[in-house]
Amino acid sequence: MSGANDNYDPKEVAALDPETLRRAVADAERAFAGAGDLAALAVVKTAHLGDRSPVLTARREIGALPPKAKADAGKRVNESRVAIQAAYDERRAALVAERDVRVLAEESVDVTLPWQRRPRGARHPITQVAERIVDVFVGMGYELAEGPEVEAGWFNFDALNFGKDHPARAMQDTFYVCGPEGREDTDVVLRTHTSPVQIRALLERPLPVYVVCPGRTFRTDELDATHTPVFHQVEGLAVDEGITMAHLKGTLDSFARSMFGPESTTRLRPSFFPFTEPSAEVDVWFPEKKGGAGWVEWGGCGMVNPHVLTSCGVDTERYTGFAFGMGLERTLQFRNGLPDMRDMTEGDLRFTSAFGIEG
Amino acid sequence: MRVSLSWLADQVELPVGAGAAEVAEAFVRVGLEVEEIHPPPALTGPLVVGRVLGFELVSGVKKPIRYCSVDVGESEPRGIICGATNFEPGDLVVVALPGAVLPGDFGISARKTYGHISDGMICSVRELGLGAEHAGILVLATEDEAPTAIGPGADAGTLLGLDDPVIELSVTPDRGYCFSVRGLARELACAFDGHFTDPAMLLLPEAGEPAWPVRIEDEQGCPKFVARRVTGFDPSAPSPWWMRRRLLAAGMRPISLAVDVTNYVMFELGQPLHAYDTATLTDAIVVRRAVAGEKLTTLDGAARELDPDDLLITDGSGPIGLAGVMGGAATEISERTDDVLLEAAHFDPPVIARAARRHKLPSEASRRFERAVDPGLCAVAAERAAALLVQYGGGAIADGRTDVGTPPAPAPVVLPLDLPDRIAGISYPPGVTARRLAQVGCLVQARSEDGVAQLLATPPTWRPDLRAPIDLVEEVLRLEGLDRIPSELPPAPAGRGLTAAQRRRRSVSRALAEAGYTEVLPFPFVSPAVFDALGCAPNDARRRTLRLLNPIDADRPELASTLLPGLLDALTRNVARGMPDVALYHVGQVVLPRTEKVPMPTVGVASRPTDDEISGLLAALPGQPVHVAVALAGAWELPGWWGAGRPASWADAVDAARVVAEAAGVELEVRAADLAPWHPGRCARLSVGTFPVGYAGELHPKVVEALGLPARTCAMELDLDLIPLVERRPAPVVSPFPPVLLDLALVVDVEHPVAAITDALVDGAGPLLEDLRLFDVYTGEQVEQGRRSLAFSLRLRAPDRTLTLEEATVARDSAAELAAERFGATVRG
Repeated sequence: MSGANDNYDPKEVAALDPETLRRAVADAERAFAGAGDLAALAVVKTAHLGDRSPVLTARREIGALPPKAKADAGKRVNESRVAIQAAYDERRAALVAERDVRVLAEESVDVTLPWQRRPRGARHPITQVAERIVDVFVGMGYELAEGPEVEAGWFNFDALNFGKDHPARAMQDTFYVCGPEGREDTDVVLRTHTSPVQIRALLERPLPVYVVCPGRTFRTDELDATHTPVFHQVEGLAVDEGITMAHLKGTLDSFARSMFGPESTTRLRPSFFPFTEPSAEVDVWFPEKKGGAGWVEWGGCGMVNPHVLTSCGVDTERYTGFAFGMGLERTLQFRNGLPDMRDMTEGDLRFTSAFGIEG
Repeated sequence: MRVSLSWLADQVELPVGAGAAEVAEAFVRVGLEVEEIHPPPALTGPLVVGRVLGFELVSGVKKPIRYCSVDVGESEPRGIICGATNFEPGDLVVVALPGAVLPGDFGISARKTYGHISDGMICSVRELGLGAEHAGILVLATEDEAPTAIGPGADAGTLLGLDDPVIELSVTPDRGYCFSVRGLARELACAFDGHFTDPAMLLLPEAGEPAWPVRIEDEQGCPKFVARRVTGFDPSAPSPWWMRRRLLAAGMRPISLAVDVTNYVMFELGQPLHAYDTATLTDAIVVRRAVAGEKLTTLDGAARELDPDDLLITDGSGPIGLAGVMGGAATEISERTDDVLLEAAHFDPPVIARAARRHKLPSEASRRFERAVDPGLCAVAAERAAALLVQYGGGAIADGRTDVGTPPAPAPVVLPLDLPDRIAGISYPPGVTARRLAQVGCLVQARSEDGVAQLLATPPTWRPDLRAPIDLVEEVLRLEGLDRIPSELPPAPAGRGLTAAQRRRRSVSRALAEAGYTEVLPFPFVSPAVFDALGCAPNDARRRTLRLLNPIDADRPELASTLLPGLLDALTRNVARGMPDVALYHVGQVVLPRTEKVPMPTVGVASRPTDDEISGLLAALPGQPVHVAVALAGAWELPGWWGAGRPASWADAVDAARVVAEAAGVELEVRAADLAPWHPGRCARLSVGTFPVGYAGELHPKVVEALGLPARTCAMELDLDLIPLVERRPAPVVSPFPPVLLDLALVVDVEHPVAAITDALVDGAGPLLEDLRLFDVYTGEQVEQGRRSLAFSLRLRAPDRTLTLEEATVARDSAAELAAERFGATVRG
């Protein structure tokens, strides 16, 4: 580096000549623009921004100038350097963008390729609809009550006001369990309905009782498109002071709306069940019924027969109650348009998969 | 119960213009279920009454074919060919003239047959669509009956009931009285608020001397017995067409006048009747229970062993009828019987119900008696039947009517006047309750006790179901219409949500589905042979099952003690249907009989059972824990463009158990085990703590063969109820300090299970060990025969400081030392 020289005339130092600097900038701009990729740009960067580049060489010459001239020359050199750096930065940004686009293009794949390496699982629609119903009632303050599938005749019939010889008992097409010697009737049955859970709930729980009980039930029907010996019901029971049939109707309407949409409602037709009085069949208004909105038979209901309350030790002067029961298969049949009951029992993957985890 | 509209209209005034649809709708409104409305048969064209003037037999054919001359009210008789032989000249028949179209789109035209022009057709009941009868043509009336209303040429439509639809109802068990036109018409009268004419309101003649000596020895089983005798009627006299038509419409086959009359009165009034051939009766009739060893051959020809519980009608010869169910063959009326004793009795419903069930003999009579018949009807029905028999068969009603027994009168019921309102949740206008109760036949008196308004209602004899106030409430509510009841929600209690066990069951189900398993719900019925196929040892607990008395499938009479048979069935079915890659699960109850048989206690229903009685009931039931099981076969990972797949293996089955355990919030211990139906070398016992809760692994090849399963089928079964409930899981301490990651490779004898080695490493490393993972298992040249190399990665971390490499190394070395001490493991350099 040259020493300080007050008499030094910058115009006489070639490297600091404005024309030279302008040329250096122009050369650099040209060189950067000519660099086709980041590697080529790196090479020309050294030539135009490196230690030996004209502009840095020029800057080193500044020191040799007289103080008066330094500022002037320094400003000129700096402007040139900034211009070259800017040209470089701009070019580099363009090349990086270009490269990114290219790389991403090169990395593109066929996203429609299948990638099901593992089978998907699914839950049975009966399980799903049972949980859905339970959630609806839990939301109303009910609790989930349960009972065994192999049940004592006392729970399944006697306490529900089915007299020993009453035709209603024979009507239920009951599966009986053999006694130890193989033949005799043990008064142990496969529960024919979920109603015995009403009795268990009333015996086990303090009043008031509001329970919902889904479960598997059994009747001696041959399996065909519309019947199955093993099916599912859901039972609801409310025993409290001042419970009326209007409460039953309101609860069923609310239940119907949650299952079949806000336009749904229910209709009661008088009927007979030993464990309720008055008893009624429940029809539900189903807006999406095949062939147009209409009433569909849904289940049975009524006010809990005082005999039932008595057999559970409930004070019938103080408490009344309502109960209702629906078939889950039946509910799915019209809610989800299920054509054949056998699909429920056979365990065909194609059937259950259609319902996913939460259908 | 089937009934024609015209029959109902005999007894109830129907609103003007009310047809079958309106009547059916009214029935539904008051609680009778309408199964179907049967429209009359679809017939068009000329269908007229004809009188057979004469016929000649067509010669040259084997069958007796008649060429008949039939007066159809035209100037000349028509010639009609007929293959039936059950008619004589002078009989009135139904003739379909050319142009008529009978049911089944059967067009009638004049055509040449058997050498004659047949100018129409003489019709049978079946051809007219009125019933199944096709043994001969329909004879409306014989020449002797001298009908005046119907003559040749009259339109046969009304006569045949072509304007009379039939309504088929299903009657609930509490409404025995609705098994009669009388009962149904009364219900319609309530529904329409119309006038009802009770056919049982007959003026009865004095009983006089008994028609036949009758003694009731069991007044509880038979509270009343009425008998009436008809002598000297013409056994060949046909039943009038109107009666036959109504019976046909009711689904009953007309047989003979005496039989048809008893059936007709049964349908009309609801009182079953029985006709004995008086000539076959000996001595007094005695109603009593059977004595063990007694036998009776019933009308259907079956010889029946009688049970001491059976109620019998007997005479000097022994049993002559199973009371209320079926008569005996020996006293049955025949084609020549011209002297009958008509029985109209009342029987105890449970007695009849038991007998009908015991002898598997549901009859029209038992169907009514077991639902209770109006005990006030006996005499009326006997008189009505006797009168009809004489009217159409001639002869005479013998003097005197047997009438023994006094059935108890219905007890009055006290109804608080506000009870209907309190039950319905509505305010009925004053007077409604009394009016409705009177309408169903109650005698109603208003009164007041302690300032509480009450009704004292005495139910009619045909409503034994009306015993308690709530029974009367139901009558008011249903007749006022359930559609009047408003929709309100009950005051909601504060619910506690699902229990821990209920939430866990949901989690387990969802976790398995999310892990790739599909839920199935197989039947719980199994064959005892399945335990042989599963290779269960003779003393295997799962062989102890409950058996059904009346299985649907005789080959599968037992209740499953394990979920595997049902799952494996479903698996096989899927494979057979072209889906070889199957992973199924089932969460459900199994049935495990108790080792000690506990008899079912007899518990009443008059009050809450005692705690001892409740535990007795529960103890007599089998154990029914909730199990969870999986079965899988085929590819677990599918092959594809990404490369090879991976078959389902024992490890997936074990992992399914871990999925369940994680969902349940417990840690599962896995140890080698040997239990059917698993492969003895690929079976894992799954325990929580030291308590076994289930098994998993690959199935035994013999089981796979015996059940026709895909090779290497795997399965897992856990008793969910044995897994302790975790209500709250404690939060872990998460250290913010950096970990030290170290590897450790051990060489150890192959017989030592990885789980045991892992335990040793965890114990040896101490609390600094945060995570331990086996990342490689190697056997081969690099290690000695009988040993294998296990490579673990360890993540160590201190809770309160940055762990130094030195400290971590010490912990790792301690782990290795404990493995060396317990299992002779050496560190691989």
